Amino acid sequence: MSDEYNQQNTPIQAQSSETMSDSSGAMPKDIDYVRPAEIKEQELYHGHSFITKWVFCQDAKVIGVQYFLTAVFTGVVGLILSWLMRLQLGYPELVPFITAEHYYQFVTMHGMIMVVYFLTALFLGGFGNYLIPLMVGARDMVFPYVNMISFWMFFIAVCVLMASFFVPGGPTGAGWTLYPPQAILPGTPGENMGIVLMLVSLGLFVIGFTMGGLNYIITVLQARTRGMTLMRMPLTIWGIFTATALAMLAFPALLVSAIMMTLDKMLGTSFFMPVIMQAGELLSYDGGSPVLFQHLFWFFGHPEVYIVALPAFGIVSDLISVHSRKNIFGYRMMVWAIVGIGALSFFVWAHHMYVSGMNPWFGFFFATTTLIIAVPTALKVYNWIITLWKANIRMNTVMLFCLGFIITFVNGGITGIFLGNVAVDIPLSDTYFVIAHFHMVMGIAPLMVIMGAVYHWFPLVTGRFLNEKLGKWHFWITFLGAYSIYFPMHYLGFIGVPRRYYEMYDSPYITSATGMNEFITLAALIVGVAQLIFFFNIVVSLKIGKPAGKNPWKANSLEWLTPDVPPAHGNWGEKLPVIYRWPYDFNVPGAKEDYITQTTPPSDVINAEVKKT
Amino acid sequence: MSDLKIEGYELRPGFKGMAKDTGSDQTMFKGVHWGKVMMWIFLLSDTFVFSCFLISYMKGRASTVVDWPNTSQVFSLEVASVPVPLLLIAIMTFVLITSSGTMALAVKYGYEKNRKMCGWLILATALGGLTFVGMQAFEWSKLIHEGVRPWENPFGAEQFGAYFFMITGFHGTHVSIGVIFLFIYAYKTFAGHFDEERKGWFTTLRGGYVEIEILGLYWHFVDLVWVFIFAFFYLW
Repeated sequence: MSDEYNQQNTPIQAQSSETMSDSSGAMPKDIDYVRPAEIKEQELYHGHSFITKWVFCQDAKVIGVQYFLTAVFTGVVGLILSWLMRLQLGYPELVPFITAEHYYQFVTMHGMIMVVYFLTALFLGGFGNYLIPLMVGARDMVFPYVNMISFWMFFIAVCVLMASFFVPGGPTGAGWTLYPPQAILPGTPGENMGIVLMLVSLGLFVIGFTMGGLNYIITVLQARTRGMTLMRMPLTIWGIFTATALAMLAFPALLVSAIMMTLDKMLGTSFFMPVIMQAGELLSYDGGSPVLFQHLFWFFGHPEVYIVALPAFGIVSDLISVHSRKNIFGYRMMVWAIVGIGALSFFVWAHHMYVSGMNPWFGFFFATTTLIIAVPTALKVYNWIITLWKANIRMNTVMLFCLGFIITFVNGGITGIFLGNVAVDIPLSDTYFVIAHFHMVMGIAPLMVIMGAVYHWFPLVTGRFLNEKLGKWHFWITFLGAYSIYFPMHYLGFIGVPRRYYEMYDSPYITSATGMNEFITLAALIVGVAQLIFFFNIVVSLKIGKPAGKNPWKANSLEWLTPDVPPAHGNWGEKLPVIYRWPYDFNVPGAKEDYITQTTPPSDVINAEVKKT
Repeated sequence: MSDLKIEGYELRPGFKGMAKDTGSDQTMFKGVHWGKVMMWIFLLSDTFVFSCFLISYMKGRASTVVDWPNTSQVFSLEVASVPVPLLLIAIMTFVLITSSGTMALAVKYGYEKNRKMCGWLILATALGGLTFVGMQAFEWSKLIHEGVRPWENPFGAEQFGAYFFMITGFHGTHVSIGVIFLFIYAYKTFAGHFDEERKGWFTTLRGGYVEIEILGLYWHFVDLVWVFIFAFFYLW
């Protein structure tokens, strides 16, 4: 631990010499002194059969990979659905089998899968499980059994969701927001089994996620290793931790709205259902409030955006720092920005409802809070750019994806400022401009981070590098292709092309949009196919990738410092690691190498001008 | 402040000291059992669930087209053919709050390693919870008998039945789960599992009397939620 820590501790140690002196044997004045362990060694359950090692496994790393693979599977389903939608929009004559009902079902399932079952599960379940215990220096999550159940609940939720493709009437076609009253009334595809399975699946997801989320939070709060203070945690952990805290508070609203809508559908209650005439007949519903659902849904839905974005922010900060060999600029600022964005995200939900008919003063309030979020977010973007400034940038695939993230994120963020203002939002709402905005900011940008993170951590998980050449092809096609898809959509939005329309008929602006739609469809097909390069790269590199060895990127953070690569169950072998610094000591003047790992004791770098952390 | 001692860690004085303690290495909450932190965070999440239910209820009640039923009439109990408003619910609330008291005592005797006393008090808490659930079942059957349904209500707005059955049902489920665990824990206490620090189910964490405190947290939370449900449904 650093000198400063000892100096601050000295008076307190004087008072409590009894409690401190029986420590690890080192004298308190020793510059390598670290407080003794507070928590007992965690006893782990070691699997001894195939089933307990790889299927019902309690090792967070295996659970992380299970989450990752399941989420990627749902993501591929979402990708295929988006292809079908694009084919319908670009070349309707090629796909005569897609009816309007199918189209709505594709829209709904694509949205729900990508937001909840793909991105949330991948960041928190996948990266969270794999990285949290490794990065904070724990042997495993604090409740490994609950963690295992969490994955299997998620798995069941995915199965229920996928089952809705095969029930009579198909999956629900209510749009991913599932707005009542139409979500549960005849005329909407999947109004019987489809919507019920969707709601049940969401409920299961929330229950499963709560189990996992408790693990992530308590592992970060209560199971860090000696020397790992909060302000020495990698930003990845800060991002995942804050996002999990948001999820614990936001998912209840989704659970409650799912329960209430299920009751509306199954029991005929009228929580969300006003009096409705259908085909000249008065339905039995009366007196409910559809806007209530929108409030509940977006109280979940807006934090959800940041549940996806904050882990991406955290991970990209670490990737940028490692691959530009420079400490992250303004670490504390970055931490507080993450926490601040997280807190603010609970006060902006109604900016999704400017045209819902709520009180206009609400719009005034929510526009203000929405624009305030731009401050910490912009601060993070500046810090990433200043980190890159005059840095020793390694232009590898990981760095390319990071740069791609910054560009798409800034792009999506700026259109967000348009949409955050009520007066500008009203003409743009429900057009392709909105589609372009949120796909840029919470679709492509987090995806760039996920892909960068896969290229970065693949050597840790498998012991082999991914192929750089294929990686660069993958990056350029994905990045340029994604831009070709979403950049023209801004223009489509400006000329007023509405979203979620199955076909455009003979509206006057359509003729000018037809060519653009065809172009977007082609780009979408190419980007989708380009992902095969990625999967091919992964599969081939598993067998014949270049062996990575220990700490191939020369990173500082703990996950690279395990005795075994890939890390074994229990992570740390005999002894838990002891931490002396933050993970960003790159290119420190006077140091022997351009990086000082978190476990390097101060006595080893006595001549280096190490920052006190 | 500085004389506060938590198992080998001296808390530092003042606001700055508090910030330093919070951000210090290894643990944020010094000397607090993992399971206890988990229960607190879970209860925070559960608070949001109940808040969403109750806020929806307020919104629903404020915007119905038909008048809300007169609660002192709907919830009255006939004693010797005289309707007494809020009688049943007063008894239910009393029972539940009392069970919270016995739970708190059980935690105290648990930490004192008084196995017998602790076990009996947990059993008393479980019986209190069971009585509460029983009386709730009675109230439900009374209302159902009078024609109140989730989708209709002879006394006024149909949302009354919907919200009432949904929210009290959700709370009753919480109480029932608590009662089941209380019975299990009473058995475990009498069998001496907590004295042996035996591991719980499916966990490698050592047990102990702290588990009773964790269950107690849950039980007090369920009580606290009931106070809000009581206020919003019966007194409004």
